[in-house]
Amino acid sequence: MHDHENTILIEAVERYILGEMTPDERLNFENLRKADAEVDQMVVEHTLFLQKMNRFNEWQKFHKSLNDIHTNLAESGKINSVRLKGKAKVVYLFNRYKRVAGIAAAIAGITTLMVSAIISSVTPKASPSQIDYLSKELNSIKNKTIVQDREINSLKSRGAALQNNIEIPYTKGGTGFIIDAKGYLVTNNHVIEGANNVAVQNSDGKEFYATVVYSDATTDIAILKITDKDFKALPAVPYAFSRKQADLAETIYTMGFPRDEIVYGQGYLSSRTGYDGDTLSCQIDIPVNRGNSGSPVLNYNGEVIGIVNGRQKDAQGSAFALQSRNIFNALSKLKEKENADSTAKSLKLNTKSSLNGMNHLQQVKKVQDYIYMVKVN
Amino acid sequence: MKETIHEQELILLKGLARNDKKSVEEIYKHNFNLIQALIVNNSGTAEDAKDVFQEAMVVLYEKARSGNFELNCQIRTYLYSVSKRLWLKKLQQSNRFISDPGDEGMANVPVEDDLTEHDEKETEFEMMHQSINKLGEPCKSLLEAFYFQKKSMQDIADGFGYTNSENAKTQKYKCLMRLKKIFFTNYTKKD
Repeated sequence: MHDHENTILIEAVERYILGEMTPDERLNFENLRKADAEVDQMVVEHTLFLQKMNRFNEWQKFHKSLNDIHTNLAESGKINSVRLKGKAKVVYLFNRYKRVAGIAAAIAGITTLMVSAIISSVTPKASPSQIDYLSKELNSIKNKTIVQDREINSLKSRGAALQNNIEIPYTKGGTGFIIDAKGYLVTNNHVIEGANNVAVQNSDGKEFYATVVYSDATTDIAILKITDKDFKALPAVPYAFSRKQADLAETIYTMGFPRDEIVYGQGYLSSRTGYDGDTLSCQIDIPVNRGNSGSPVLNYNGEVIGIVNGRQKDAQGSAFALQSRNIFNALSKLKEKENADSTAKSLKLNTKSSLNGMNHLQQVKKVQDYIYMVKVN
Repeated sequence: MKETIHEQELILLKGLARNDKKSVEEIYKHNFNLIQALIVNNSGTAEDAKDVFQEAMVVLYEKARSGNFELNCQIRTYLYSVSKRLWLKKLQQSNRFISDPGDEGMANVPVEDDLTEHDEKETEFEMMHQSINKLGEPCKSLLEAFYFQKKSMQDIADGFGYTNSENAKTQKYKCLMRLKKIFFTNYTKKD
C-alpha cells in the first residue's frame, strides 16, 4: 500500500513540474508542499533528477544526430571521409604529409612513416584478424563420406520417404543450442554466414534441416529454426537464460562439436569483458577449438551465461564468449521483424533452470540433448 | 581578439541549441574537414577525427544551450580551439607525446573553462547512462518509453503487456526508485 501512495505522489509531483495541473489542483498541491516538508523535499529532489534525465536524453539525442549527420555527409561526399586502416593509412598519411610539408617532403615522409609505425604499433584498434572465429571448415572429402554414412543411417531410420532427397555436402560447421523446445537454436552469425543450406545434428547423430530466421553480423548472433518435418518438439529446455553477468572466476563449462562427437570442457570466467574491452562479450578460460563456435557457456546453476564465439590468436587457452543478454536482444529483434510468424512471436527464454541442485554429471547429461552440430554449405 | 559574429552564425547557434538538424548539418559540413585535417596531420586516424570533432560539437552545443552564452569568435575558431585541446589531451593520456602542432593561421581562443564544465557534464551523463543500463529490462525500456519517448501510461501498459495503466504506473515508480538509488550511489562515490 505504501508503494501505491508513493506512486500517486510521484505522479502528482511530475504533473506539477510539467505544469499539467489545473489551477485548483496546483493551489492544493502548493499548500501540501508548504504543510509537509517531506513532500516539499520530494518535489525539489525529483525536479533535479528529472532535469538530469532530460538533459541526458537530449545529450543522447544530440550524439545520435551527430552520427546520423556524419554518415549522411560522408555518403553524399560533402565531407572528406577517410576510412583507412593499416597499410592504406600509412600511404594516406604519407601523401598527406607530402602535400603539407611541401619542400621538406623527404624528411616529412620519413617522420610520417615512423609516426605511423608507432601509431599502428600502439593503437589498440581491434583488428578482426586477431580473433580466430571458431567455426570449422569441414574437410570436404572426409566430410562427404561422413555425410554419406550419416545419410545412409538417417535414411534407414527415416524410411523410404526421403530417398529421393538430394545429398548435400556440408563444408562448414559449428555448434548451436536449443533456446526453445519447438526447435529454435542460437548459434554464431559467422557459422552460418553465406549459407545456402543449414542442417543441425543432435548428439545421437540425427540430422535435421534448419533455416536461419535471424542473423546479425555485429553481435555475431544467429537464430535457426528446425524446419525438418521429422523433428519432434523436445521436452522443455532444462537450462535457464540469465541476463546478468557471470562472476569472475565462476566455474563454467561448455559443450560443443569441434569434432563429430560432443566435447565437454570446463573452466572459469577470466574477464567480464571480451577482446579489447568489448562489453558485449566476456573472456573464458576453457580450451576451445574450431567448431566450438556457438557452444553454450553454462554455470552449475544451470544458467546459460554466454555463447563461445572466438579466441585470441596469440594467446592459447583464452577464448571469448558473447554474453547471454545478447540472446535476449536478438530474440526481441526477431520478434520485431515483420515476417516473424506467430511461433516466433511467442518465443520466450526459460529463466528458471531445472538443473539447479543436480550434480554436474547429471546436468551435462541433460544438457547435451539440447546441443546440436550446425552444418552449413 | 574580437571578431564580428555574423548574423548567420547566431542563427546557426540558435538552431544548434534546439538540435535542429539543418543547423547542425550546416555547422558539421563547414568545419569537419578542417578538424579532420588537424587530427590526421597530427598522428590521428579518421576515426579519432570523428570522435574529437563530435565532442567539440557537443561542447559547442552545451555552450549554445546555456542561456548566458557569449561566443566572441567565429564558430570555426571555437571548434578548432576546442578540438585542438581535446586532441592534445588525448595524445598526452596515451603517452604519445607530440609537439604543439601550431595553428597554421587559425586563431586560437581560450576554452579551458568550457572544457572543464564539459568534462563534469560528461561524467554525469556517463553515470546516468551506466545507471540506466544497470537497471536491466523491462525497467530500462519502461522508463525510456515514459520519460524519453514521452509515451502515455496507457500506451506503455498496452505495449509492455500490463493489464492496466495503474499496474504500469506502480512498476514505473519502482523502476524509477531503483534508478535513483543506483545513480545516487555512484554519484556520492565519485565525489
